[in-house]
Amino acid sequence: MAVTVRIPTPLQKLTGGKESVEGKPGTVMDLITYLDGLYGGLAERISEGGKVRRFVNIYVNEEDIRFLKAEETEVKDGDEVSIIPAIAGG
Amino acid sequence: MGHVKGLKCRECGREYAVEPIYVCEFCFGPLEVAYDYEAIAKKLDRKTIKSREKNLWRYRELLPIDGEPQVGLDSGYTPLVKADNLASVLGLRELYIKDDTVVHPTLSFKDRVVAVALTKAKEFGFDTVACASTGNLAHAVAAHGTRAGFDRFIFIPASLERSKIVASLVYQPNLIAVDGSYDDVNRLCSEVANNHKWAFVNINIRPFYAEGSKTQGFEILEQLGWRAPDNVVVPCASGSLLTKIWKSFKEFHEIGLTDKPGTKVFAAQATGCSPISAAIKSGNDFIRPVKPDTIAKSLAIGNPADGYYAYQVVAETGGWAEDVSDKEIVEAIKLLARTEGIFAETAGGVTLASTIKLIESGRLDKKGSTVICITGNGLKTQEALVGQIGGEHQIKPNLESFEAVLRKIKNK
Repeated sequence: MAVTVRIPTPLQKLTGGKESVEGKPGTVMDLITYLDGLYGGLAERISEGGKVRRFVNIYVNEEDIRFLKAEETEVKDGDEVSIIPAIAGG
Repeated sequence: MGHVKGLKCRECGREYAVEPIYVCEFCFGPLEVAYDYEAIAKKLDRKTIKSREKNLWRYRELLPIDGEPQVGLDSGYTPLVKADNLASVLGLRELYIKDDTVVHPTLSFKDRVVAVALTKAKEFGFDTVACASTGNLAHAVAAHGTRAGFDRFIFIPASLERSKIVASLVYQPNLIAVDGSYDDVNRLCSEVANNHKWAFVNINIRPFYAEGSKTQGFEILEQLGWRAPDNVVVPCASGSLLTKIWKSFKEFHEIGLTDKPGTKVFAAQATGCSPISAAIKSGNDFIRPVKPDTIAKSLAIGNPADGYYAYQVVAETGGWAEDVSDKEIVEAIKLLARTEGIFAETAGGVTLASTIKLIESGRLDKKGSTVICITGNGLKTQEALVGQIGGEHQIKPNLESFEAVLRKIKNK
């Protein structure tokens, strides 16, 4: 079992149209770095200087990582990670 | 006839064609509608506006549609009530209530944004509309949507007030009650919007939808006699309304209808969900999300999309923020009803109670002109008042019984 990462529409051009990709366990930042190796440019789009960008929300198993350990949140095998634009709702 | 140049990222400035998209592909910043103000200035003057029907489309050149308005032809142009009774209680010189408890057809300011969103959805050719809602938006999408002939999918937190659920169901939409908070609903909808080609009014249609909020600001300026107030107090959920009211003040100035606005913009929140107020008070523009716990459910967004921009507007205009307890909310609802005969929902209680705190702390200048934005009707959230507003006098159907009660009332 791997980590499942759901990719938002604006990033699907990088993943060859895939809505969901597989990642490896580690921290959220490790995961972003790993995905960037597979889908070049992804890290730059959602993070800046080791921090998730202001307008990107990341959820691990439906919980906002800002309620967990932010970029240091651990992701395990079987976890689901969603990358979602922050600008929505209201 | 449209005056929209395109969409533009608020953060990095990248430009996009007019499409149902809402975030910048590069930096995830919000896309905003860009207008040709020079062309609008040549076309839109006070006389033209005054000659038009009294609805929100009287400012249509400043709204992001290409053709004719198609939805909400009776929405908007609500009263700006001169609130002298309330002003004297609060010690204010000049006070107005922008009364969006009476917007057609569903009695909240969401009828404005949905009028614009669904007109745009028609232009894009969608047959299904959807939204993530704390209640008021559900009503507006359900009602405007059925009349305009859309299929409707409406997502709400399952914990919503019963009366708000009933007032959505009556329009027979597909109502999806999600076991979670509004922020959970919103996240889910962002993912649903990826998979279904629907017009989600507050997701992929959001750049257009949000522009509808400006009409509340345009009306305030027109109804004040083409001038901006010294203070405006606005309730914040996502923070969008506050930023759009300020934008409307700047736009009227930009096209020459009003002087440069010197308004201070104030944000109002419930203490049980105050990420924007907390940021403003701390002086740090990082908006820390919260798990909401307040009776003001229509403002219960713990992860506000426009929080950062609301912060900027308050800072730029020299305003401030306040947040208030559930008890203060109820007391303010009662005060507004008693003094001005206006029954506001809990969000209105938040706005008035915050205004009172802003006056007490001296942040809001009593000598200036002040507008308080009341955004929804109290009939929608009656649960909040049960047991807190006294009771009726029970009598027998005879004069003696009535006279006995009357004596009691008079002796109070």
